[in-house]
Amino acid sequence: MGKTLAEKILSVKSNTDARSGDIVIAQVDLVFLQDTTGPLTVRQFQAAGFKKPAASLKAVLFFDHAAPSPAREMADDHAFLRQFAAESGSQAVAVGEGVCHQIVAESLARPGDLVIGADSHTVMAGGLGAFACGMGSTDVAVALGLGKTWLRVPESVRIKLSGRFPAQVYAKDLILHLIGHLGADGATYKSLEFGGDGLADMAIPERLTVANMAIEAGAKAGLFPSDGATADYLAANGRADDYQPLAPDADATYERTIPVGLGQLEPVVARPHTVDNIVPARELKGMKIQQVFIGTCTNGRLEDIAIAAGILKGKRVNHGTRLLVAPASRGILLSALRAGHIQTLVEAGAILLPPGCGPCLGLHQGVLGAGESCLSTANRNFKGRMGHPDAFVYLGSPATAAATALTGEITDPREVI
Amino acid sequence: MLRGKVFKFGDNISTDHIIPGRYAHLRSNLPELAKHVMEDADPTFAGRVRQGDFIVAGNNFGLGSSREHAPLVIKMAGVSAILAKSAARIFFRNAINLGLPILVCDTDKISDGDELEIDFQAGAIRDVTNGRMLTFGRIPEIMLRILDEGGLLPYLKKYGDLSL
Ligand code: SF4
Repeated sequence: MGKTLAEKILSVKSNTDARSGDIVIAQVDLVFLQDTTGPLTVRQFQAAGFKKPAASLKAVLFFDHAAPSPAREMADDHAFLRQFAAESGSQAVAVGEGVCHQIVAESLARPGDLVIGADSHTVMAGGLGAFACGMGSTDVAVALGLGKTWLRVPESVRIKLSGRFPAQVYAKDLILHLIGHLGADGATYKSLEFGGDGLADMAIPERLTVANMAIEAGAKAGLFPSDGATADYLAANGRADDYQPLAPDADATYERTIPVGLGQLEPVVARPHTVDNIVPARELKGMKIQQVFIGTCTNGRLEDIAIAAGILKGKRVNHGTRLLVAPASRGILLSALRAGHIQTLVEAGAILLPPGCGPCLGLHQGVLGAGESCLSTANRNFKGRMGHPDAFVYLGSPATAAATALTGEITDPREVI
Repeated sequence: MLRGKVFKFGDNISTDHIIPGRYAHLRSNLPELAKHVMEDADPTFAGRVRQGDFIVAGNNFGLGSSREHAPLVIKMAGVSAILAKSAARIFFRNAINLGLPILVCDTDKISDGDELEIDFQAGAIRDVTNGRMLTFGRIPEIMLRILDEGGLLPYLKKYGDLSL
């Protein structure tokens, strides 16, 4: 009997014939921490009596969620993590380098890897065919120390993509649509596995956007096969040797299959306060927006910034609306500078933030006040997520965000093109 | 046997409801952080909860971020177990790793303020207020052993390694 992507990867990592429902102990290739969950992870690591990360894995610490530090307590946490990185021989990725998941995709995760991160959006590396899973501090600490973790091999839901995206419809619209269909807990404990001929229309940056949000349907992993697009991406990032092809078996067993015709999709928005609260963007016409945020691990990539720059070129952001832009990594910022996108956006009135999480988690750089509404390209719109519990967060694609910045109200990007 | 009072919540209580990102700078100061437990779901919760009480919720409790501070501040507040119709995967694991029982059961008939008794040996929950009995879903063997030891770190101290 054939295997799903999850079963294949976990079979190799656990050296067993892993099937959905099995519980396995698996070898971990990469463990990473970030600056808001990292300090507790390190304290649990030390409390467990570990001194150094297991030699068999790569250990990386990121400074991205509160970077540069907005508060002295965070600065102390940063110092604590830097000291741990130095003492333990772990790699530290400094303030300003970008969001952990983006750097993991650009330079660390390989197809077939088992990646454990102290952050729920670790699933994003599934866009490259890695089984990548977010965990809490104690689990991550133990994985870091032992070089392994226990996992229940998930049942898989196959998402069969066909066709091509219409103009102004993007990967973000696909995953929002899917979460609306599945519900915020529709894939809890499961692996979402993407396939079908529609994959041909999706380069790695778009696959990363989709995999990133698998967790918003509760999924444990969001997996894409590793194919020509993966090889191209790795080669473009100077990692051609990290490529290996990876696909599910043709006779793998799925819990169910959901077909999605990309051609039927349209720009959509998640309304407050749950990610599965999906409506077509056009139905929210007239909804006033005080802040637009383009960035995050979901949609802070070069392609996203290029889409926004394309819509805003030669125009001005609506008076009364703030447009914040945070490239997801330093590499993206540099590429966007070279391509002229940053100049275009700043001329249009955008505020440029350093590579990092920016205002995504309500900590700094654009915290919302009571009654304010934000259209964000991020992945979460929970109550209180971006600041005041009485603020409202809407989620959409970079195109919808740019169109909204232009008009000051939620706007279907097809209306401004 | 656990006995305590119910604080009832609805569906989709996220880790942002439990401990919002805006308090991330307090995460290395747990007593201060714990003052904000459940703040965006019920700002009066922290002042009213007593040692031994229960959080009872609907579907998908604990969705969102992987921050283990969420179950940690719930435990620090004195909550002795969480009951929910379903729980988000990472939160579920985090709670067990901290030795905080999280039980999946039909919570529809449990009301805010009810008194509950939970008998782990028998796998039964008794709603003392309305006299109803409930059962809860089984959890994997490895998690039971972690819970038995009071969390993943004491488990590791005892067994020295992960084992199935
Ligand atoms: S950008 Fe937002 S969702 Fe992504 S890692 Fe940072 S805080 Fe989390």
